[in-house]
Amino acid sequence: MTVATAQLEGEARRPPRYGSMARGRRRALFWSYFFLALFVIFFLMPPVYMFITSLKSSGEISAATNPWWVFHPTLSNYTNLLTQKQFLIFYRNSAIVSVLVVSVTMVISVLAAFSLARMKFWGSATLATGVFLTYLVPDTLLFIPLFKIFAFIHDKTGIELINHWWVLIVLYPTLTVPFCTWIMIGYFASIPKELDEAALIDGAGYMQMLLRVFIPVALPGIIAATIFAFTVSWANFLYPLAFTTSADQLVLPVGIVTTLIKGDVYNWGQIMTGALLGAAPPLVIYAFLMDYYIAGLTAGATKG
Amino acid sequence: MAEAVARDVRVSPIGRRKTARALVRRKSLVAFAMALPLIAVIAGLVVYPAAYAIHLAMLNKSMQHFVGLGNYQFLFRRFIEVSNLSWATFWSWSFEVKLSTFAMVVEQSVLFAVSAVIFKAVIGFVLAHFVHNIPQKGQRKWRGMLLVPWVIPPAMSTLAWLWLFDPSYSAFNWIFTRIGLPAVPWLGNPYWARFGVILDNVWVGAPFFMIMYLAALKSVPEQLHEAAAIDGATWLQKIWYINLPMMRNIIAITALFSLIVTFANFDIVKILTNGGPIDQTQVFATWAFMKGIQGNDIPLGASVSLFMFPILAVAAILILRNVRKRTNEI
Amino acid sequence: MAQVALRNIVKTFDKTPAVQGIDLDIADREFIVLVGPSGCGKSTTLRMIAGLEEATSGEIYIGDQLVNDVPPKDRDIAMVFQNYALYPHMTVYENMSFGLRLKKFPKSEIRDRVENAARILDITDLLQRRPRQLSGGQRQRVAMGRAIVRNPKVFLFDEPLSNLDAKLRVQMRTEIKKVHQKVTTTTVYVTHDQVEAMTLADRVVVMNGGRIEQIGSPNEVYHHPATRFVAGFIGSPAMNFLPCRLEESDDQLVVRLSDTLSFPVPPSRVARYRPRVGNELIFGLRPEDIIEGRGELAPGTAAFEVLLDVVEPMGMETMVYFIVDGVEVCGRVNPAAARNAGETMRLVADLNHMHLIDTRTDQVI
Repeated sequence: MTVATAQLEGEARRPPRYGSMARGRRRALFWSYFFLALFVIFFLMPPVYMFITSLKSSGEISAATNPWWVFHPTLSNYTNLLTQKQFLIFYRNSAIVSVLVVSVTMVISVLAAFSLARMKFWGSATLATGVFLTYLVPDTLLFIPLFKIFAFIHDKTGIELINHWWVLIVLYPTLTVPFCTWIMIGYFASIPKELDEAALIDGAGYMQMLLRVFIPVALPGIIAATIFAFTVSWANFLYPLAFTTSADQLVLPVGIVTTLIKGDVYNWGQIMTGALLGAAPPLVIYAFLMDYYIAGLTAGATKG
Repeated sequence: MAEAVARDVRVSPIGRRKTARALVRRKSLVAFAMALPLIAVIAGLVVYPAAYAIHLAMLNKSMQHFVGLGNYQFLFRRFIEVSNLSWATFWSWSFEVKLSTFAMVVEQSVLFAVSAVIFKAVIGFVLAHFVHNIPQKGQRKWRGMLLVPWVIPPAMSTLAWLWLFDPSYSAFNWIFTRIGLPAVPWLGNPYWARFGVILDNVWVGAPFFMIMYLAALKSVPEQLHEAAAIDGATWLQKIWYINLPMMRNIIAITALFSLIVTFANFDIVKILTNGGPIDQTQVFATWAFMKGIQGNDIPLGASVSLFMFPILAVAAILILRNVRKRTNEI
Repeated sequence: MAQVALRNIVKTFDKTPAVQGIDLDIADREFIVLVGPSGCGKSTTLRMIAGLEEATSGEIYIGDQLVNDVPPKDRDIAMVFQNYALYPHMTVYENMSFGLRLKKFPKSEIRDRVENAARILDITDLLQRRPRQLSGGQRQRVAMGRAIVRNPKVFLFDEPLSNLDAKLRVQMRTEIKKVHQKVTTTTVYVTHDQVEAMTLADRVVVMNGGRIEQIGSPNEVYHHPATRFVAGFIGSPAMNFLPCRLEESDDQLVVRLSDTLSFPVPPSRVARYRPRVGNELIFGLRPEDIIEGRGELAPGTAAFEVLLDVVEPMGMETMVYFIVDGVEVCGRVNPAAARNAGETMRLVADLNHMHLIDTRTDQVI
């Protein structure tokens, strides 16, 4: 049985080097971590720099000491901004707009997604493709005609649509509804049809099926879509810049950019603080709900 | 309601067909009603404005007369005018100075979009592989940190870049001068300004590519890599022969999608350079804004925005084709 | 073509030992099968031979070469995976030629090798198709083709038939045997199905809990199991095990199974078993050695009557189940002679094929 053993006995055997393949693997790991660290530094450098600057007084900034370190940290920028009425108005406007837009978006999207994913009606397939195409239409294409349309409506009916923050609630859904609908269609479509049939037999109408079965089962998708809608609403810059001009109507991104940058003198400490505070809500949501955030992103492409 | 259903079922065959049809009709009516808000949004806020934009683009500045393609003639005439004037004696000099703004806008938009997307795709691809390579437990942490640029509202992070590129206080220049390199004029110089815009854009968008590619990478079965290892492939060959072909679809979709978004980008250019210096970083969106809203020439603005449309349409069709291909494969 | 040797191979995953000391010598051109239940370490051992896992300690030789620190691509092996692992974006031809293309073989030689392998496996008309257009059996053949084309020193099979339905499995089993007759490369084959092991192997290696229980030819392992595990694992339906006591009465050894049932030990075994009198032992007998009683008793057999609990007609034979002291025992009888459940029946046990197992060591005596 052991034909080979005799041959092996005679041969001079060098001891095996354990772990040499593991060593190659360790080298690969080292380089991976090295480059990952490099990119993390590159990616996190601006926000960290924002934070460092926000702790500096104007004096320290103009003294042009090491920009990468704070020598006399102060919270004066924060206290100034957070007690400044105008800044708080920006925050308030942003918050209200975002929350309302999210609510409107989710209602429209969930209803439409349910209808497109489950119930076939004439033209539902084209509508689904149309939803996807709509998402590809950028806001920079639409803002000019919309501006003119709103001016037109103002002339004809006297309703002032320009320069009011609540106009944004009408505008933002163009950005959020298509993608949220798309995400929800994906999630709803992946719910097994047996669940519908079980609900029908149990006596549920369509509304009840939606509320009692689909929404709870597709909750991760709903959370992902909600986060997406909120982030897009909060971060939008073009529409508010074009459609709102008076200081008390501005939302946060536009407010910070236009009012803190007055003339030639830029108060960078305050600007960075404002920017950081403006970036805070999406960052906080991301920190706590990172998996849903990412699921929302990848759902669009991978759920096809 | 279950009772009602049961009662229907016991009806005669013909009757059952009638009630079934009524049920279907009612169902599709309900479905249509549910989709109505969506249709309203799309029709009223997307399709109608887009069509209206086409109409607007064909009016004159005061919007009294219909001028057909007059606006485009205006934009392009100066384009062509330049080419004629250009060469002769002062060839290079007059070419640079007299290049019509709109031609620059087109050139810059294309330059930004193409170079930014290429960089983002490469960085995203490389990063996805590195993240996939480290043990599972650590991946979440690193992925979390690497996605931060995408999460921050671009308007806010661009302010940070603006501060980093400040002519007097640039933190980058502070480092450069300390190690003996000359200070860079960043946003004051057209070439550095363009570089800055692209850098900011790549910084914001690369994480998105990383996430998408990472998801695609994870769907490649590990056994294929083992089979390739036994077949004799090095890590580079594995990426070239297995990862790349199998991720081809996602790579295309993500790149095309980003092309559309980058092409139409507004926030970064507006805040960082406002199109300057001397309009050398203007893109479609910012120029349309400048002409249309600030310059009060709505039709001109509309025609500028619309110019993006053909390119976006081509990209959109390509995306759709790839998405369909993906659902049919395997 | 080469022999394979494993010396004291140990593999631990994060403090959990998966393989605890394997010594194995595989001869050139031999078809050896590693068989055992899930988690017994057979796949891990195979992957260590392939180089997909690194041994924690021990030595692996392919041919005369120590290969512990040699990466898979340099070991000159080929592997067939359970899930086929075909490259979905390549045609069958490209799949099979991938390894050769990587090594920059000339195109003419690649074509020759691929067509030759395709002929052996009868897949010549599938060469331009993609994996998703093939059936399970066809995919498996392409996977084998990919291995053959490389002309390696060793073939490794990792449960290749587990994903196929029962009928296809039987068919492919014969295919694999035929291929091995034509392409006589050393083969290490892993499976949890003992029927596959018995029909394909030159030698069977029965593994359990990271250790080798027994190595031997299929017949050896079947008729002369070394341990309780091997006796119970090999053979279907499984061997019957009954706790028993060995007693002596007038120079005769008797196996007592219950108050009412006992068997005399055949004379040929007496000397071997005598030292164990009085011990608690386990009595093992295969169902095919419990048959219907008919006419005269051959030497070494014993007759007994039992109450049948369950009767399963299988067509060719009928399985009868009865209870002895609380333990269900299975016998195999001629369908014509079988009684119904609830009736008593006379059965004959062929004790020439009995086994006694020491309960402390689980070794067959």
